[in-house]
Amino acid sequence: MAVSEQQPSSQAGPGSGDKSWHSIVLQTLKRNEISLIPYVPDRVLTPLIKSLHADPFFTTFATAREEEAVGIVSGAWMGGRRGAVLMQTSGFATLANTLASLAVPYQIPLIMFVSERGTLGEFNYGQSLVCRTMRPVLDSLAIEHHTITRLDELEFIVDRSIKQAVTTQAPVALILNPLLTGGKVFDK
Amino acid sequence: MTTRNTKVMNRFDATSRLIAKLKHEEAVIGGIGNTNFDLWAAGHRPQNFYMLGSMGLALPIALGVALAQPDRRVFALEGDGSLLMQLGALSTIAALKPKNLIMIVMDNGIYQITGAQPTPAAGVADLVAIALGSGLTNSAWAADEEDFERLVDEAMSTDEPSLIALRIDDKPGVGTTRRDPVQIRERFMHGLGVREPL
Repeated sequence: MAVSEQQPSSQAGPGSGDKSWHSIVLQTLKRNEISLIPYVPDRVLTPLIKSLHADPFFTTFATAREEEAVGIVSGAWMGGRRGAVLMQTSGFATLANTLASLAVPYQIPLIMFVSERGTLGEFNYGQSLVCRTMRPVLDSLAIEHHTITRLDELEFIVDRSIKQAVTTQAPVALILNPLLTGGKVFDK
Repeated sequence: MTTRNTKVMNRFDATSRLIAKLKHEEAVIGGIGNTNFDLWAAGHRPQNFYMLGSMGLALPIALGVALAQPDRRVFALEGDGSLLMQLGALSTIAALKPKNLIMIVMDNGIYQITGAQPTPAAGVADLVAIALGSGLTNSAWAADEEDFERLVDEAMSTDEPSLIALRIDDKPGVGTTRRDPVQIRERFMHGLGVREPL
């Protein structure tokens, strides 16, 4: 579990003292009017998912596959509502066709948060292998992506990336590295 | 395989019957291949969205539109092969219960466009039974064209998601959608009142 989860999160309102990574992500989503958050869950994302469910501003729910979540936020964007998708590295690996045939050619500002497994203490060989496919897939489609490792850079990167995705009508992947979240380790 | 007393209909004919009923700028998402070719052939409307890939995502895309615009009825037109790729979407929709989403599934049991190979479900699975088992309680086979129109009317006046399945023949689509994804998306957004043209 992420170290940041041990911090108090009871006062997660705007301008509050809660500076956990998940609180910053939630507040930045809200400030950018991103209210629809389908996800395929991940252990590391759990505190973010919990706080999204607890906040009536957000419509957040699990989907059976990541492709489905991408379809939902793409439809919502065209209908005038902003969304973002939460997933894990292995889930991103299921998305190449959807990115190449929906998000990129239709110019949809798909905002993806990917909890990064497969590096910095990974214990599952398959996770470490599939992680290596993520950035080459993003690069091959020229999709903007950032790997976020520092809490003090998180808000800037997320806020600016959302605004850039919307104004340039292009997808973006925000990769949440274990240096930011604590990641998932063998004994947890 | 219980329900096989349904008439074999035609995709273009059924799509045309559906479109003729739309008087309130309802949104229509056309699934990949013949499904959106026949939607295109039935006459372009600004509220039509045509998929050129991402097989299986007609229902999720329609769900997104429905969640963004709860006061507009939203139709998803999907083929049986496409639906089989994303069966989990049925449960997602059943859980969220959007009041304004109507799913039309055209079932010919084959991948017509790739050479008419049978789907794995052909002859063994019942798509309406799958939808019911996924939690979509308002799901039914259309017995014939009249019954299809009746089911569409019902779906447009109910407060829960509806799924209507039709057995269709093995004919290809009548038209061919112009493959211009940016223009398709932009015109759809104009049609939904999200944007104004430049």
